[in-house]
Amino acid sequence: MAETHSLQDMRQQAAVAAKVFIQRDYSNGTMCQFQTKFPSELETKIDKQQFEETIRTLNNLYAEAEKLGSQSFIEGCLACLTAYTVFLCMETHYEKVLKKIAKYIQEQNDKIYAPRGLLLTDPIERGLRVIEITIYEDRSFSR
Amino acid sequence: MKNCEYQQIDPRALSVSPLSAQNPAEKKVQRPRRKWEAFPGKNRFFCDGRLILARQNGVLPLTLGLIVVTSGLFFAFDCPFLVEHLTVCIPVIGGVLFLFVVASLLRTSFTDPGILPRATADEAADIERQIDTSGSSTYRPPPRTKEILINQQVVKLKYCFTCKMFRPPRTSHCSLCDNCVERFDHHCPWVGNCVGKRNYRYFYSFIISLSFLTSFIFACVITHITLRSQAKKGIVQAVQSSLCTVVELVICFFSIWSILGLSGFHTYLVASNLTTNEDIKGSWSGKRGAEESGNPYTYSNIITNCCATLCGPMPPSLIDRRGFLPPDEAIPAAAASEMELPPFTPKSDANMV
Repeated sequence: MAETHSLQDMRQQAAVAAKVFIQRDYSNGTMCQFQTKFPSELETKIDKQQFEETIRTLNNLYAEAEKLGSQSFIEGCLACLTAYTVFLCMETHYEKVLKKIAKYIQEQNDKIYAPRGLLLTDPIERGLRVIEITIYEDRSFSR
Repeated sequence: MKNCEYQQIDPRALSVSPLSAQNPAEKKVQRPRRKWEAFPGKNRFFCDGRLILARQNGVLPLTLGLIVVTSGLFFAFDCPFLVEHLTVCIPVIGGVLFLFVVASLLRTSFTDPGILPRATADEAADIERQIDTSGSSTYRPPPRTKEILINQQVVKLKYCFTCKMFRPPRTSHCSLCDNCVERFDHHCPWVGNCVGKRNYRYFYSFIISLSFLTSFIFACVITHITLRSQAKKGIVQAVQSSLCTVVELVICFFSIWSILGLSGFHTYLVASNLTTNEDIKGSWSGKRGAEESGNPYTYSNIITNCCATLCGPMPPSLIDRRGFLPPDEAIPAAAASEMELPPFTPKSDANMV
């Protein structure tokens, strides 16, 4: 019955074997970047290149969100002039990128991580402190 | 089937749908709780989690009261006279400034300053595993620090025992609010909230606009008394006929010094990308000769520093106040916090092994 490894089946059938936490990388300051070091617990589960590619893309997306560009400057000035009431009807640039990130993580989970018994948790749910990777025990074959 | 703790999920139970249909009926009896209702810090929430304030909101009512009363007296007693003798722009400018001040103040007070949510039990356990415990027998282990390199400079990260995580750089734990706040500046009793990454720009615009407002009212009041004393040919009679103006004069005179001083100080902080916390502790100056090489976060350019602090992208709130608590986690949240205490007793080595 459960031949496909969908996320819903994963969470219901499999027990959590371990959790790996990818910590923040502060070498460039307080910008939101995550360490690209490949954790030893994932060595048997996923290809190092793919993992680093995921983290690097996430880092680039967060850098885009926090970029001090003309767009954020205009947004800041407009907000100041309207006494910050503009945020009641408009979404900030950061929030737009966060939605992009959520979609990217969902897509990565569906395509790459779920078939290997892993699950990426969106860092925003952990206060942008860590990327939590849950390793599930492979039980689905026992059914 | 009451789920009070994490249990091994029995695959057979999940395929039986009538059982799961009964649980929502039970859950509907208990109203779904939002995350702000179980928030561990000392904060107060309004409008169903949309607005946040420190529990000790200090003198915020006094601040608001002073501003409203002084401005009210200004509009009621000075404006009619000044409109008659000078120009109608005066109440217009005063009105705009007043609205801006109140908006900035309310925004500063009710915005999440950048509170970091506490580490989950799994995260805390993971960090504990990574730290070397040298088997000390004291109840509270020595402060744990981690050294990292930021822009080729060594910065020490401290471990927060309350939030169970290593504090990111520039983050500090506010004891009044019992939260770790990112880019912690200070806890302002006048505003009734911490000032941190997310509301620093509102705080800055509040004190700048308040400086303008107090200076403006002060100038108008002086003009009013001068014109009246010319008309009545005596300052004493002028003062006697407009006592409220004198009240405004006194309030403005005393507040102008502190507010202008504060504005100047914060302008210096913004230009050098420092926080009040760092400045007071002398984190970057005093250890080295030149200040530029001290602070690893500065862009070494005043304009870039100002833009970064005041006009940078608005970071989102990391505490999800209005999200719903999963019904299972509402109870274990209390149990989990009790389970965290044992690691700090001498038996912790046995638990971790």
